Amino acid sequence: MEQLVSALLIMIIGVLACAAYFYASNWLLDVLFPSKNKPADIVAKNIHITNTVRPWLFIGPALIALTFYLIYPVIESIRLSFLGRAGEEFVGFDNYAWLFSSDTFYQSFKNNMLWLIVVPTASTFFGLIIATMTDKIWWGNIAKSLIFMPMAISFIGASVIWKFIYDFRSGDDAQIGLLNAIVVFFGGEPQAWITVPFWNNLFLMIILIWIQTGFAMVILSAALRGIPSETIEAAVLDGANSIQIFFKIMVPQIWGTIAVVWTTITILVLKVFDIVLAMTNGQWGTQVLANEMFDWMFRGGGDFGRGAVVAIVIMVLVIPIMVWNIKDVNKEMEGR
Amino acid sequence: MMAVSSSRSSLMWVVHITVFILVVMWTVPTAGLFISSIRDKDQLSVSGWWTALSVSEQRLVARSEHPDKQVFSSDGRYEIRGNILEHQDSSITKFGSSSLRPDEFDVGVVAQLKGGKTLQVLENGDYIYSSPEQWKGKRGKRIFYTANIPPRFTLDNYREVLTSEGLAKSFINSLAVTIPATIIPILMAAFAAYALAWMKFPGRALIIAAVVGLLVVPLQMSLIPLLKTYNLIGEFFGVGSKGYIGIWLAHTGFGLPLAIYLLRNYIAGLPGEIIESARVDGANDFEIFSKIILPLSFPALASFAIFQFLWVWNDLLIAMVFLGNNEEQLVLTGRLRELLGSRGGNWEILTASAFVTIIIPLCVFFGLQRYLVRGLLSGSVK
Repeated sequence: MEQLVSALLIMIIGVLACAAYFYASNWLLDVLFPSKNKPADIVAKNIHITNTVRPWLFIGPALIALTFYLIYPVIESIRLSFLGRAGEEFVGFDNYAWLFSSDTFYQSFKNNMLWLIVVPTASTFFGLIIATMTDKIWWGNIAKSLIFMPMAISFIGASVIWKFIYDFRSGDDAQIGLLNAIVVFFGGEPQAWITVPFWNNLFLMIILIWIQTGFAMVILSAALRGIPSETIEAAVLDGANSIQIFFKIMVPQIWGTIAVVWTTITILVLKVFDIVLAMTNGQWGTQVLANEMFDWMFRGGGDFGRGAVVAIVIMVLVIPIMVWNIKDVNKEMEGR
Repeated sequence: MMAVSSSRSSLMWVVHITVFILVVMWTVPTAGLFISSIRDKDQLSVSGWWTALSVSEQRLVARSEHPDKQVFSSDGRYEIRGNILEHQDSSITKFGSSSLRPDEFDVGVVAQLKGGKTLQVLENGDYIYSSPEQWKGKRGKRIFYTANIPPRFTLDNYREVLTSEGLAKSFINSLAVTIPATIIPILMAAFAAYALAWMKFPGRALIIAAVVGLLVVPLQMSLIPLLKTYNLIGEFFGVGSKGYIGIWLAHTGFGLPLAIYLLRNYIAGLPGEIIESARVDGANDFEIFSKIILPLSFPALASFAIFQFLWVWNDLLIAMVFLGNNEEQLVLTGRLRELLGSRGGNWEILTASAFVTIIIPLCVFFGLQRYLVRGLLSGSVK
């Protein structure tokens, strides 16, 4: 109870402090440079001043936060990648040399590539199939809502859910994990799935696919509804069957949206961390870059140089998408 | 014509069945978690959750009453009587007196044991252990039995995780982290978005491009530099480097690009005449923003609020880096991760804890799905 009160209090103070900044700074501006009940030339001058200052009052906190939390760290990470463990002595390209000779990095990189190929493809594929089919049936919205649900579940919660499914009991004990129970039901041999090399990567990926398919489905479903019905009716009149209509008429028209879904999931996959940490912590050949980076950050007091190098690898993989996004927005802005 | 419509309806059947199978595949994992979390923990550990509604046969062991309680019966034997069942709804089918043959005798028979002793166990758990000599020993005798146990559901698992595993505390911590970390970025982003959409100042296009670029910067780039800076700030002020304010601001910084992007798109799409006419009437930008733009932007604000709420509530990485690992600061996701390590095999603890951590997001999700979908669409489809 006491904890609840103090938590409540600190929340209110935090939020009020933020609101107070905006209110007070704007009030101060209007008091210092009033635009009412003054001679016309002073009013004109004051309006000019307030119009120049006010945008920065509005955008200032956001700019400071963005700079401190995103822009400065990017630059600092690059600097740290040339420094040693504690981030003090200059070591040149040592960290990069370590990176390319490290077996664990090679393995993480390979696994990340596997994640990048499998997860966006599978999520988009299932999302597209489900979006198409649910649009045709009367209980489609309920189905969509249920498939979308895992989106709300945390990665760590999802990991517990799936760890329970992959659970393994040795000996003659009854299997309480669903997967092994099914395997046993069909006469197979139960296994500790998350320790089986290579395939365990896929078992971890299934968790993310389970979460992300709903996202792909929602967006693709909206895009499919945006397809002009004349194009489909014309194809029907020309005698096209459902499969042809799907692949030759519908998919090409929503290609742009498919790309957006794909890249969004790709960015997410590059940062996948919680699932690997909770399921295997990188053992049995399942290490990925984000978890390796976290590992170096804290292992044995932390090696900031090596951690920063791994972070930079993730960043470099994102840059193509970033450039593409910025170009896109610039094009849109010019159109205005 | 007949052929066409019948092939059409059979195709519809395929669609119905396929969607049904997919829905089952997507919901069964969560359903299994929930069902397991309300099962009796002894049943949970020996049978799959899909058998939760069926009577389960379990081999169990109990002890008879203490030898002190023996009575000398009229037929000249020493007897210990009692009942071995914990719950009266179970029924015993077999019993035995040795661990090698726990199901040696059928229920009801008077088993002849060595040394002239006899043991009888009835279906309802009543037993008579009788011996020609006086019972000795400090503890009761072991009785092995096989019982049919009806399905049993309980909230004990929840009671345990909320109290002794400390989830109730973590729940409050999660709220204390999440609510300000949702409201603060919305406030900042709304002001910034308005400025970027409707105010003229140098560098506007550059800032918009930067925001779009920052949308995809991986969190991992920020962790090490921020950890260092936080430690420095903590040392400088002589306070701990891990606290609520630090994590609120971190979530604010990481959430801002998406918030500004979404809100700017929305606010820029509002009709310009409203703003112009308010300006002509002498309102300044602060008044226009707070009295006109903010109320009109409610749908976009709600969409982002849901995103940010889910993201902060579900976050593990930032909480692990910027919050301490102690009782006072552990949030739900961090607590669940700890339990995965320390209580790895205790599924009654893990399933109940996991459900406690996902219940709020699920409520938000099902309650406000409309806004969530709208937000997703405005963020991804241009």
